[in-house]
Amino acid sequence: MNSDIGSDNGFEAVIGLEVHSQLLTRTKMFCSCPNVFGLKPNSAVCPTCLALPGALPVINFEGIKLAVKAALALNIGINKKSLFARKNYFYPDLPKGYQISQYLDPVSSGGHLMIKTEAGKDGLKEKKIRINRLHIEEDAGKLIHIGNLSYVDLNRAGTPLVEIVSEPDISSASEAVSYLKALREILVYLGVSDGNMEEGSFRCDANVSVRRKGDNTLGTRAEIKNVNSFKFVEKAIEYEIERQIGVILSGGKVIQETRLYDSKENLTRSMRGKEEAHDYRYFEEPDLPPLVLSEEFINEIKNSIIELPEAKRRRYVSEYKLSEYDAEVLTQDKDIAFYFEGLIDTAKGGNADGGGLEVKKLANWVINELLSELKAREGEGRSMIEKADFLELISAVESGTINRNTGKTVLAEMLSSGKKASGIIREKNLAQVSDDKGIEDALKQVLEENPKELSDLLAGKDKLFGFFVGEVMKKTKGRANPKKVNEILKKLTMEKKA
Amino acid sequence: MTDLYKLTIDELSSLLHKKEIKSVDILNSYIKRIEELDPEISAYLYTDFDEAFKNAEAADRIISSAGNENPGVSGIPALTGIPLSIKDIFLIKGKKTTCASKILDNFISPYDSTVVKRLKENNYVFLGKVNLDEFAMGSSTENSAYKITKNPYDFNRVPGGSSGGSAASVAADLCAGSFGTDTGGSVRQPAALCGVVGLKPTYGLISRYGIIAFSSSLDQAGVLAKDVTDAAIMLSAVAGFDEKDQTTRRFEIKDYAGIVKRADKSLIKGLRVGFPAEFFSEGLDPQIGSKITDIKNLLKDMGAVITGVTLPNTKYSVAAYYITATSEASSNLERYDGIRFGYRHKEESGIQTLDSLYRKSRETGFGNEVKRRIILGTFALSAGYYDAYYKKAALVRKLIVKDYKDAFEKADIIIGPTSPTPAFLIGEKTANPLSMYLSDIYTISVNLAYLPALSMPVGAVKNPAKENGVLPVGLQVIAPWAAEDKMLSFAKAVEDEIKFRKDYHI
Repeated sequence: MNSDIGSDNGFEAVIGLEVHSQLLTRTKMFCSCPNVFGLKPNSAVCPTCLALPGALPVINFEGIKLAVKAALALNIGINKKSLFARKNYFYPDLPKGYQISQYLDPVSSGGHLMIKTEAGKDGLKEKKIRINRLHIEEDAGKLIHIGNLSYVDLNRAGTPLVEIVSEPDISSASEAVSYLKALREILVYLGVSDGNMEEGSFRCDANVSVRRKGDNTLGTRAEIKNVNSFKFVEKAIEYEIERQIGVILSGGKVIQETRLYDSKENLTRSMRGKEEAHDYRYFEEPDLPPLVLSEEFINEIKNSIIELPEAKRRRYVSEYKLSEYDAEVLTQDKDIAFYFEGLIDTAKGGNADGGGLEVKKLANWVINELLSELKAREGEGRSMIEKADFLELISAVESGTINRNTGKTVLAEMLSSGKKASGIIREKNLAQVSDDKGIEDALKQVLEENPKELSDLLAGKDKLFGFFVGEVMKKTKGRANPKKVNEILKKLTMEKKA
Repeated sequence: MTDLYKLTIDELSSLLHKKEIKSVDILNSYIKRIEELDPEISAYLYTDFDEAFKNAEAADRIISSAGNENPGVSGIPALTGIPLSIKDIFLIKGKKTTCASKILDNFISPYDSTVVKRLKENNYVFLGKVNLDEFAMGSSTENSAYKITKNPYDFNRVPGGSSGGSAASVAADLCAGSFGTDTGGSVRQPAALCGVVGLKPTYGLISRYGIIAFSSSLDQAGVLAKDVTDAAIMLSAVAGFDEKDQTTRRFEIKDYAGIVKRADKSLIKGLRVGFPAEFFSEGLDPQIGSKITDIKNLLKDMGAVITGVTLPNTKYSVAAYYITATSEASSNLERYDGIRFGYRHKEESGIQTLDSLYRKSRETGFGNEVKRRIILGTFALSAGYYDAYYKKAALVRKLIVKDYKDAFEKADIIIGPTSPTPAFLIGEKTANPLSMYLSDIYTISVNLAYLPALSMPVGAVKNPAKENGVLPVGLQVIAPWAAEDKMLSFAKAVEDEIKFRKDYHI
């Protein structure tokens, strides 16, 4: 489906996203219960997150730090004084009957995020999406429905969240996904969030409206809830844009409402209209003093922010002369990016000329060999090999001690056993047979064993070159340097012809 | 010694430390007194003498292992072995806490409030839980879902509220002291009506953790005591920063008891005592007015400089208070939803929607006054009304804070009546909520301004309905922010001159 669907009908979509991201704190936002997913229901609870009578919230400063970190990385201004507020509504997963959030005076407001877009008419590949605000709040618990009974699990109640609200600067479903990916990448990079959409630690509500092109007023918007993957965000928005255009073209009016995305049917359904909308009766949380952040506190966090993926990508292209694709692959995972940079440093450290290894080669090793090996081992818990050991392996291949395929085997072995490359090569006798004598002996044997093929080859059937090389490799269990085999075979056939 | 129940905490503590009596003796004396009088007065929602004996025996062991020294000197807290009653709004682990509401009829607390935790550390003896207006909403304790508490001076009259059970239990010697809470006068007004000392500290001096919330920005725990010294002892035991309540502050906690004991009347000399004109307006019972004037003259004789001060926004304080308090209450009481604890309505059919569970549990569980206030507060916070009500009230609150700040430029301490009338008859004001709300007219601005204040008995007026009967009159003493020491010293100096307990104690 074309994600710029609106443009064909003379319509354009106006989209704003509200992202909720759980923070990777050790404890909940307002009590000291563990912030861990997947525990036995109602085992991580206390008077405060159960909302027992008399219990009070206490601000978790680790949560504040992570929220401020996220805000700074997203170029959002930090408000030195912010207020907590109560958002009141009744629901069984909300034990207090209100959510502690921020309303007026959030901790952070006014920022932007650059996203990649399909090159549009103006030829730009980047687009600035303004961010209205980032504020801190707590998550609700979960309801589990079994048969006609409903159960309440309050382990998640009180988990720290940041809500990041974009301005309606997004104009297509693909831009929305691009924005979410960029946002998620930064939060994960900073260790602010695990970004897990399936477990609900990174989720999104989309405000979608459409208007005729050239129209400056905003159309009536619908809020779509419950979209828990990038794919569903894209589909839900596409569906909603089409639905709204359909309503208008058929002479109807879009009504302001909250809609739920149904991923099975791929459609959105009305959940509640404007008149049924909650009146949240926001007011200042009287149990908590205003949140006052000092300049030092903010600076300390600012200084702890690591180089973000976008900056890394730019640097990899300009400094390391890598392709944009390689830079992209290498920076997707923070750990890999830092490993790669460490690899370069280690290589340079050992040798002024980069250890004879070009950065491009190192990048290829990481991208083609290391990442695929790690991918194969996903879920086993990552144990990385020492950078020096990896370099030793790379050198062994580049210098011809072992061939590339053997290198892959050695890498796998290194990852599983933690042994060094040189040890594995020695132990398993994997070093290439590169000495002319060894290869010549093997080749002579092969030639003797295959007289028919030999006479055909001598008669000019050059295709059989490959056959003999293959036989030699078999004989040497893959350890022969194929280049050498070729050379010597040429030499021998020349001799025989002569 | 059979009349131990008459003694103050200070007196009892001294005898205990001299090893002349045992905590168990004190306890037996109070139990006898409770069994005699409480069936009539109905101050207690429940007593727990098993627990009390355990506490008293433990206290006796602690004291017997120490030397014969004065309380405090031995390192043993002054409250060791002292039997106290607790307003049924404080959570005590393993004990029922109802807040005088049907909605918490079956609620056993799984944790201790900070106040009770500290009392336990002070080796106090828990006698039982005393009555209050449901969720502390009321000025007569008539809003309790369980019983009507009587004023010990006249059983046809109310003890005041919401800490009416606390005030009545202290006045009738059914305990040595009591802990209450004060949101708009709930400690001071019943103290005035029952002839005891009631102290509400500066907002943030005592932790609210484990105290059932009515209005978070106004609620503050307080003490009800037989005299000023006891109030100081009780305050010292529980005051101070609590990491579980972020609205507590790191105040310097002074030795209030020591300060009070050192206070004498010479401190009155030259002291600027402020009388706000607004506290002597219409609505004030002339008999009470004249008692306060007597105090004014007494202070003048003692060398005080009587200073006229003005609190011009007092007239808005009742409105601002009821909007703020009900708004916060409407939110604080959302947790009573029948889901996790407390009363849950069950449909006879067995089929229940979430909506009916909420509605019927709350409809049946809450009393009328609580429902009235939830409705008022919900309205005040609603979209479209927030600016006109809640926000306006918050602005008025700022003005009231400023009024007091200005007044304390001219006066060192401010005094006036605590209540516009002496104890009123049971049923007298229940039909007219507004007249009930006005019984807190002199006390609520203090909560809005976060200030410390106390009520102390300074005399009595004739009880028109009872031959030779009297009704106590309370003097309210208001101090600058965090100046509990000043307030208590002043009150002690006045108390020494008045000798209320000698003349009027029942």
